[in-house]
Amino acid sequence: MEKHYTVKFIAVSVLLTLGVIGCSKNNNHNPSPTPTIYYDQADQVGRPAINTVFIPASGKDSFNTTSPSQMPSIFTNDMKTSLMSLNPGYTTNLLGLTADQFISVLSTDVLNASTTGVTSFYNGTQVLTGRTLSDDVIDVELTLLFGGPDGSANPGLTSDHVNGNDKTFLTSFPYEASPW
Amino acid sequence: MKQKKLALIVLVAVATSIGGFLLASDHIDAPAVKNQTTDITDLYVFNGSDTNNLVFVANTQGLLAPSATAAAAFDPNTLIQFNIDNNGDNVEDLVIQAIYADGKMNFYGPVKPSTTGIRSKLEGDIIGSVAVTAYGAGSPVTYTTGSGIMVFAGPRDDPFFFDLDQYHAIIAGKATGFNNPGKDAFAGTNVMSVVVEVPKKLLNSTGKINVWLTTKKKES
Repeated sequence: MEKHYTVKFIAVSVLLTLGVIGCSKNNNHNPSPTPTIYYDQADQVGRPAINTVFIPASGKDSFNTTSPSQMPSIFTNDMKTSLMSLNPGYTTNLLGLTADQFISVLSTDVLNASTTGVTSFYNGTQVLTGRTLSDDVIDVELTLLFGGPDGSANPGLTSDHVNGNDKTFLTSFPYEASPW
Repeated sequence: MKQKKLALIVLVAVATSIGGFLLASDHIDAPAVKNQTTDITDLYVFNGSDTNNLVFVANTQGLLAPSATAAAAFDPNTLIQFNIDNNGDNVEDLVIQAIYADGKMNFYGPVKPSTTGIRSKLEGDIIGSVAVTAYGAGSPVTYTTGSGIMVFAGPRDDPFFFDLDQYHAIIAGKATGFNNPGKDAFAGTNVMSVVVEVPKKLLNSTGKINVWLTTKKKES
């Protein structure tokens, strides 16, 4: 009789222990799934100043949340209108691009970069092979906008005469100058 | 006189519709990102001092006065992402991601993203983390991963330069051209910067890539 109770006790203990282990095992192997966290686009830039210069106020937020491959079909007309408003006399530019050709380059707002050669926004030889910290991108863009076929038109509008940064860049990583 | 005034109003209205938010490179470019941690100022892509590497710079939160820079911070809910197309279709084949948590910037990639376009999630495992360099630190804190990727995050001088005020004057019809010398409207201002230097062999490139920088806000 006593023996019987002992066996029963052991059996119950074993079952309880197994149950506890079972539960903890269950928790380890089947955690409640962590939901995937998603992030929604707020701002975007490829080349400098495209949204600011070429996109009308009503389209600026939408431009920032449109993938580059989708941009031409949505923004080409607005961008051409902006170009011709800024420079009604536009014919071609230093790169030989007509208004339509120029806008077709700009309307997919990505920064092209070479992985095999010199990286420069424009240095007289390289065109759109990257953008260094010291590149005078504003003068390049002003010249392409206002300078006409040889860059000499509208001389008062093709350079802002700010030719460099206000601090010297570092020669090694992370390259940018310390903050003011 | 009345007609002249009307013409001026029309001219200013046209200029404003084109250039109302014409504030700089991408600084404060659109209403929804103005004064947000998601506001991008500039993207740079250039050869490293070791030309086997390419450097990617993401600058955000521009026009920080020195007095405001110590309090400026990265946002744990803002994903900073470099998008890299290496086959010419302007769809991202690789992403490099940076997201802030507990004083550090965590980096992911370069990795093929599981989804492309305007909605993203963190891809793969953290490849490296770097403490955000404090404002006033003597030298920048950097970290190099086992595969040779260098990372940095912290406040830096805004490398962008432009006589923005004179440009505004021209657009508004108050001036007919730039001054010589011009005046850099970004002189003395800072940005919150993320810099990543990547061995080119990790970019699967055949010579040319297309890059764009995005900021994305955590879904609530």
